[in-house]
Amino acid sequence: MRNIFLFIRRYFTFFLFLTLQVLALWLLFTYNRFHRARGLGWANEITGRVNKQYNKVEDFFNLQEENRRVHQLNDSLLNLLPGNFIKPDTGFQLVKDSLPYDTAGNFRRYFWRSAEVIYNTVNAQKNYIQLDRGSNQGIKDNMAVISSDGAIVGSVVNVSPNFSQVRSLLHVDHRVSASLKKTGDAGTIVWDGEDPLQLTLEKIPNSSNAQAGDTIVTSSYSFNYPPGIIVGIVSEVISEKSTNFYTLKVRPAANFFNLQQVFVVENIQYDEQVKLFEETKKKVEDLKKTTQ
Amino acid sequence: MSDILRNIIRFILFILVQVLVLNTLHLHHYIIPYIYYLFILWLPFSISRNALLFVGFITGLTLDYFSMQIGVHTAACTLIAYARPFIINLLTPKDTSDFNYREPSPKAMQWMPYMIYVLLLTILHHSYMTFLQWLQFGNFTDFLIKIITTTAISMLLIFTIELLIPRNLKFRTNI
Repeated sequence: MRNIFLFIRRYFTFFLFLTLQVLALWLLFTYNRFHRARGLGWANEITGRVNKQYNKVEDFFNLQEENRRVHQLNDSLLNLLPGNFIKPDTGFQLVKDSLPYDTAGNFRRYFWRSAEVIYNTVNAQKNYIQLDRGSNQGIKDNMAVISSDGAIVGSVVNVSPNFSQVRSLLHVDHRVSASLKKTGDAGTIVWDGEDPLQLTLEKIPNSSNAQAGDTIVTSSYSFNYPPGIIVGIVSEVISEKSTNFYTLKVRPAANFFNLQQVFVVENIQYDEQVKLFEETKKKVEDLKKTTQ
Repeated sequence: MSDILRNIIRFILFILVQVLVLNTLHLHHYIIPYIYYLFILWLPFSISRNALLFVGFITGLTLDYFSMQIGVHTAACTLIAYARPFIINLLTPKDTSDFNYREPSPKAMQWMPYMIYVLLLTILHHSYMTFLQWLQFGNFTDFLIKIITTTAISMLLIFTIELLIPRNLKFRTNI
């Protein structure tokens, strides 16, 4: 026993090194599995505060570009105002407000909140974006994030009271269901971790006849992304002889190098949809068990 | 200025420069400049090996929380903190009390041994960090290119810092 203690004391530094190393690796691998790190909540608050201060300064250098984009988006939205159109049928008027129902009986499905990007990288293989809104402002996990020029940016993966972390499209584990605008064929958007100006759209059938320059939008099969939001433009079509699918290289529409203002989009029926999905899976599996 | 205060200020500056400037800078997806670990390289000779390990661990963890890749930098920093005393002994085989200056610098160790010291620890840090990232995702050629390019850009940055920012090192007297 005494020898063991002597041995440990002699090589104490080495054992300390091993312990710390194992602790670091444990943090690394558990984090990737669960997408949550220990103590990330409070660490998020601290890093959020630091980034917010710096962002105040940085904002001044991007004001002009940002102003142009916001103005452009406003312009396109103003064109959609009902006042711009003359309706022959005066009995029908489309009204949308923040209430779940409107007078025409339409459900509101997506709710948009504005937020500011306070930290963003494009260098890593797993890029995250930090926003200055958190659970106190109604942000929840899995909400979609859309840039000020109306293109997909990512989805929220973690929230603290005043800040939230967004997994950007430039993250090797991120999957987004997207479709070709002209035919509606749906595939999956992934990123290979290399060039931030190139995403990949997989599993588009050959019959779609995709070409460079086609627009890619979010598909209607996603729980968190609203349908029809632009993802990017096809830059290259790779035809795979062995399968009946295309692999498309897509240039993202959002400018990830210069993100300032974004929208966080909440699907109000998200919980209901996910619950139904889970319950269906359970029900079908139970059914299988009883019939076997 | 006491050693502790001086190193705390350095710690804050290095982390802020790394997180706010270098990480958000986009040169190319292979070229990511890293200099924050220079903080560990600049710690005094007299620091105990256990304390050095803890400081390395905390430095890495702080950067990890900012860059949302928990564990990668922590593991790499702990490794270079462990290897640092061996490399110093290897390059300048003398007792720590024999050094005329408090911390590693071109003045204290001569230019050549100092640059080798920095180069070895840089390669160690970058290889281990890129290796951990590669374990999760990526292909092997990317992994090799990334080690070489990040090491080159980091060495260039450190060399420039050493030339541009002379550290005010007091000559240690025998009192």
